Amino acid sequence: MVIGAIIGIVVGVIVLVLVIWLFTTYNGLVGLRNQTKNAWSQIDVQLKRRHDLIPNLVETVKGYAAHERQTLEAVIQARNTAVGAVGKGVGEQAKAEGGLSGALSKLFAVAEQYPNLKANENFLALQEELTSTENKISFSRQFYNDSVLQYNNKTQMAPSNIVAGMFGFKSGEFFQVETPAEKEVPKVSFK
Amino acid sequence: MLVGALALVLLLLGYFLGEAFLGSGLFGLIIALVIWAVMNLIAYFQGGALILSLSRARKIGPNDHPRLWNVVEEMKIASGLEKMPEVYIIDDPAINAFATGRSPKHAAVTVTSGLLQKMNRDELQGVVAHELSHIQNRDVLLMTLCSVLLGTIVILAWYGSRVMLFSGGSGGRRSSSGGGGNGAAVIMIIALLLAILAPIFAQLIYFAISRKREYLADASGALYTRYPEGLASALEKIADSTVGVKSANQAFAPMYIANPFRKEGRSASDLTSTHPPIRERVRILRSMAGGASFVDYNKAFQQVRNNKQNIIPSSALAGAAGLVTTRQPETGSQVAESQQKVERAREVSATLDRLNKYTALACQCGTAFRIPPDYKGKVVRCPRCGRDNQIPNK
Repeated sequence: MVIGAIIGIVVGVIVLVLVIWLFTTYNGLVGLRNQTKNAWSQIDVQLKRRHDLIPNLVETVKGYAAHERQTLEAVIQARNTAVGAVGKGVGEQAKAEGGLSGALSKLFAVAEQYPNLKANENFLALQEELTSTENKISFSRQFYNDSVLQYNNKTQMAPSNIVAGMFGFKSGEFFQVETPAEKEVPKVSFK
Repeated sequence: MLVGALALVLLLLGYFLGEAFLGSGLFGLIIALVIWAVMNLIAYFQGGALILSLSRARKIGPNDHPRLWNVVEEMKIASGLEKMPEVYIIDDPAINAFATGRSPKHAAVTVTSGLLQKMNRDELQGVVAHELSHIQNRDVLLMTLCSVLLGTIVILAWYGSRVMLFSGGSGGRRSSSGGGGNGAAVIMIIALLLAILAPIFAQLIYFAISRKREYLADASGALYTRYPEGLASALEKIADSTVGVKSANQAFAPMYIANPFRKEGRSASDLTSTHPPIRERVRILRSMAGGASFVDYNKAFQQVRNNKQNIIPSSALAGAAGLVTTRQPETGSQVAESQQKVERAREVSATLDRLNKYTALACQCGTAFRIPPDYKGKVVRCPRCGRDNQIPNK
């Protein structure tokens, strides 16, 4: 009678511990998966911000360096391509954004030759915003990859991989920089 | 573990003081815990606001100082903080920064105007990353709890020893409640010893906890920025400066990026400092050999300290060294640096003037000046051409 009760309690405790572990692991996996999704959307937010800033920049530069037409048009074109590539898959988007980064860095290099432009407060503010947006894009990517690594570790390592398998948690995909141009952050020097 | 030791000191002190004066160790223990709990509640809800008002910090928005705001936002993204912390500036020539707030959702980063002037973008990023990691790791809460624990111990010990001295060491009520004069005397001595030693021990433990969290924040700073050199060179600039923070408060010292009282450097391996020696922190960051992960930092730490101690919690030490690589610096050449300094100084003073509601005024002779708010509606003579200028009354 007493032994039966003890066995019952022991089994009960084991089952309880298992259930608690199951719940916490499951919740942990969901949390990490949401974190990667959220990190991914952050990248999009920053890319959109960059697209929004560029028309302003082009207008400001036009006022001081109107005959740098070619460079300005290249930036506008690259921006339109990048806007058009939104939602067309990671590969194409990364390529278009890489082209935009390249065109922008050329524009900033050209701006170096116009002291009046460089002294313009509006231009300086836009330059700061674009540099920072560029940084934010790469930091969101960095955080996305960090999150994917964490999530993948959890879905693949024992014992949490059992829970991941049971509920169909699939490994996430890393954000790889595909074109060499994209790897190059435009060098903006504040002379 | 160290926090446990600190709590143990408090419990022991409470127990023996209670045993000596109130005739019941348990009762003393309960009193100690109640005092601690009340002080914690105050610190929990008031701490952030309190320190910010104590150090006369000014809250800024995205347009007050865009570079600082952007850097904080960049590091918020890199660290994965869920909410953008509030950003404050203190008008103080000292080079320092600190984090406050009880949780990642209620947090603030504060930097001095001196720091904004001296640091380039990479260095500022390193400093802000260090502070955000204090927020992300909940160090602010941990160190608040610890400093409250320490405070409670000091208060209890102080009152305890006062009472003992004034009651002539007779053992208070304990001796009249009977139960062997010998035992009472022993407890009296233990209580007295504890009252003297507990605050000292507690302080040492407190400092040890603080130093450990500093190393962790440095490691996270390197990880978030992927650029350990930025934080290293920022720390070097801080070490070279000789000004202490005017409005620093002892209790909040662990929250600063470097000891705000400038005591360090005198004795390098100081046990009584909230921060590890800066030179050592710089050496560790520079020994990370192209990697930016916790593993790389841990390795560099062991190499510099020449021991096998893990400074990073082992749960965070998965993976191999060198997997996470560093990036290139953002800021331009050294030539640009001196020019930038002037620009940064101008930028900071403009920000502070705006925050202090100064009015910008341009005299006809071309001189521009900024007028404090209490001059509104008055006439000011231009120092250059002598013309009288009317200040608008709004």
